[in-house]
Amino acid sequence: MSEIRTLTIDGEMISAPAGATVLDAAREHGIRIPTLCHLDGLSDTGACRLCLVEIEGNNRLQPACVTRVEEQMVVRSSSPRIEKYRRMILELLFAEGNHVCAVCVVNGHCDLQDLAYDVGMDHVRFDYLHPQREVDSSHDRFVLDHNRCILCARCVRVCDEIEGAQTLDIAGRGVASWIVSDLEERWGEARSCTSCGKCLLVCPTGSLFEKGLRHADSSRKADFLRYMVNVTRRQK
Amino acid sequence: MTIEDLYQIGALYREQLASFRAEIQICGSGTCRSAGAAEIQRAFESVCEEEGIRPEIRIVTTGCMGLCGQGPLLRVLPGDVTYTRITAGDAERIIREHVINGKPLKERMLPEDYPFFTRQTPVVLEHMGRIDPESIEDYIAHGGYEALAKAVTYQSPEHIILEIRNAGLRGRGGGGYPTGLKWDIVRRGTSQQKYVVCNADEGDPGAFMDRAMLEGNPHAILEGMAVAGYAVGATQGFVYVRGEYPLAVDRMKRAITEAERKQLLGNRIFDSGFSFRVDLRMGAGAFVSGEETALLHSIEGKRGQPNPRPPYPSQVGLWGKPTVVNNVETFANVAPIIHRGARWFQGIGTKRSTGTKVFALAGRVRDTGLIEVPMGTTLREVIFDIGGGITDGGSFKAVQTGGPSGGCIPEKHLDIPVDYESLAQAGSIMGSGGMIVMDDSSCMVDVAAYFMEFCQSESCGKCIPCRVGTVQLSRLLDRIRRGVASEQDIETLEELCVMVKDTSLCGLGQAAPNPVISALHFFRPEFERHYRDHVCEAGVCPVHSTEAAGDAAGIESGGAHV
Amino acid sequence: MSTRKRFATIWLGGCTGCHMSFLDMDEKLLELPALADIVYSPLMDVKTFPREVDICLVEGAVNTESDLRMLRSVRESSVSLVSFGDCAVAGNITAMRNTGGKKAALQSGFGSMGEALAVGDDNPLPQLLAQASPLHQYVAVDYFLPGCPPSAELIWYVINELLHDRQPVLDREKLRYG
Repeated sequence: MSEIRTLTIDGEMISAPAGATVLDAAREHGIRIPTLCHLDGLSDTGACRLCLVEIEGNNRLQPACVTRVEEQMVVRSSSPRIEKYRRMILELLFAEGNHVCAVCVVNGHCDLQDLAYDVGMDHVRFDYLHPQREVDSSHDRFVLDHNRCILCARCVRVCDEIEGAQTLDIAGRGVASWIVSDLEERWGEARSCTSCGKCLLVCPTGSLFEKGLRHADSSRKADFLRYMVNVTRRQK
Repeated sequence: MTIEDLYQIGALYREQLASFRAEIQICGSGTCRSAGAAEIQRAFESVCEEEGIRPEIRIVTTGCMGLCGQGPLLRVLPGDVTYTRITAGDAERIIREHVINGKPLKERMLPEDYPFFTRQTPVVLEHMGRIDPESIEDYIAHGGYEALAKAVTYQSPEHIILEIRNAGLRGRGGGGYPTGLKWDIVRRGTSQQKYVVCNADEGDPGAFMDRAMLEGNPHAILEGMAVAGYAVGATQGFVYVRGEYPLAVDRMKRAITEAERKQLLGNRIFDSGFSFRVDLRMGAGAFVSGEETALLHSIEGKRGQPNPRPPYPSQVGLWGKPTVVNNVETFANVAPIIHRGARWFQGIGTKRSTGTKVFALAGRVRDTGLIEVPMGTTLREVIFDIGGGITDGGSFKAVQTGGPSGGCIPEKHLDIPVDYESLAQAGSIMGSGGMIVMDDSSCMVDVAAYFMEFCQSESCGKCIPCRVGTVQLSRLLDRIRRGVASEQDIETLEELCVMVKDTSLCGLGQAAPNPVISALHFFRPEFERHYRDHVCEAGVCPVHSTEAAGDAAGIESGGAHV
Repeated sequence: MSTRKRFATIWLGGCTGCHMSFLDMDEKLLELPALADIVYSPLMDVKTFPREVDICLVEGAVNTESDLRMLRSVRESSVSLVSFGDCAVAGNITAMRNTGGKKAALQSGFGSMGEALAVGDDNPLPQLLAQASPLHQYVAVDYFLPGCPPSAELIWYVINELLHDRQPVLDREKLRYG
């Protein structure tokens, strides 16, 4: 048995194994902290900043997904300030790409949309950037619509860490970053791609989807990762 | 190589130097080279040939002499006479009248008591502009590598760390973290393999301290790194230089090769049990790679993107091993401290910020260039005594310190001492040492917008607040510049500044709003003139009334109303 | 002097889908006149927007110069202005033309005539603005009612709350885009 750490989240005393993240500990106890770039079974990057929490004695907000639990730690998963920031993060995302829910294949099955409902985002106060982005439908079976991409890099990580193909990566910088296949080929020409489709299953938006997919069967099944990781761990 | 060998190399070289009748030092920093230093050197050489005195005269290219605004610079020894704005045409007169007849050209030389130089306290710049950066012997002749020799031969790693801690040296990249503490964490790391990394990815607009040090005295940096390696138990070092500094890269490469040849880097240095190698890595043009975790990724051959900290590189660094990451100037301070002791170093600067700080003085100030002053010197002294005040009789408006992560300091705060805490209290930061002086010809809205655009284009794109927040901030600032912003926009601007600061992943994003926050704090009326009266006093911004702005620029938007 | 509320709806750069959904309120449409006077709407034969309106639902994005003129006068005359549907709230499909710019949008709609329509002052069509934008880019908006279209139930909820001087709250259960 590993060591146990005792901490407080939102006034609740909870215990978690040493080495666990604040996010793990919170979810284990039914405390909901929103996340976007995190996915059970993939490495954590701390990139989306939605899971920022207040930790007593630390003047900076810390991402729960990469912060390890410590003995006597006092965590607040929510506060008016954090709620405001979460909403702003989502508004920034909606303003950045071209997220037109009305014409999206995953409308109703979308993590981004769902999080926005959570924070009560009834409108976006920032300028919509309306970038000119491509839709790459060169692949036999899959489509990559850059308009809906929020650069969470879940697909990049699943392609590298689970499938091991390393087809997908990120090129460019800042808002001009974009997902590339192999050495900036069109996806259909990327010879390393195994067409396994894991990237589709983990995409939180309608950026990656299957050709001919009907809106009705567009629900995401990112849970598969948890089972895969558990099975491979057991085999080891 | 033993200590005796080292002393002998130094003594021999000093003998050689003494044998010359005179010495002509020509500044060969990037700035003076671009102004024709190489051609000037050839002119002096050929005039000496003509006069038949070439073998008696040492003509040498040095690193930066500091007074960049009056370059190309040239110094004649003996006598230490400095000439400014030299051209190839000056060679004949200087050689004939000064070098041969011993009569310096009064009207061309810099007065001996020129405050730009007399008001400085050179520690890391002591030999800069006086030694040949391409000669390891010249460095050794000036006491080079003695600190390393002393350290590995007579001192324990613990003792060195204690010395650095007692000296109170803090990170000169701008963070101000106590260097000795950082080294101690790495030393106590349990890994077999540890690394020392020199962050020379200087990227702040208007900053050129690191470049000058790499070009002018590369061995001082290598020596500091080797001492750090010995202190923490690392056997491998990396110098990460931005690719835009080809001359710095060349001189650093050359210095590494020379040090290896002399066995001052490599296996069993000074016959001790300590081995240390240094490799050079070049950045590919990303500002964010100056952020330490992004820099380490870049050395590993990955995309230069930061990681959340903790863990810090001193715990989990390069390839997961404990790693010292220090700035160029931090390493340049190490040998002097080991040489002269912590007590001497403490005697310079203030209680909490010991030692000196190198600044790159730029902008609307009479004398621009590279300076080194004790911590605690006031901004007023730096700008008016050393820099000689504002050019062309303009009036001082603000000084920008810390680049895109810093802020603007107005007239009323000019008497604050330059140290980590005071600058932070004034809403700016020490930063790496860029100091841009502005007068009435600068518009603070425009300056804020410039830095925000810089951060936006340099954002790595990993985290949302920095990637998108900086774009939105840029757009809001642009609206103010064009005179089409609403009061609502100003509110959004301020709210977003705080949000980006609080939520971004790394220092780039966390500090990106600083120039805007400080400009708004000190120069709010100037912002108001833009969006209320559609006037830019400095005449820099394209302001016009809202109606006219609309179609002319294809703008329909007066900003969000919520 | 009647204390009855004065209610209006208008339609800018949208597809009228939101108004169709408004009609889907079925029997609630009969309740509305009991609570308020409908003083202006595409559903009625009124030529000019009246003054002193209590509640106005605005469908569609701000797409043309005439949309903008209309929106500004509606704002001046109305106490509460509601962004009605995704186009009004976020630009939505109407704003999809923004990625390519105004010229490209006209060309795709009108082919070779697009060029002429983009300039001439004498063309019969209202001039397109450089971008289609949500309402709050130009005027203050009091309430946001997203959806493409918003459901009839949700429209009735918002109208009913406002007519009874209560604040409509769109929480997780009620919010829908697309």
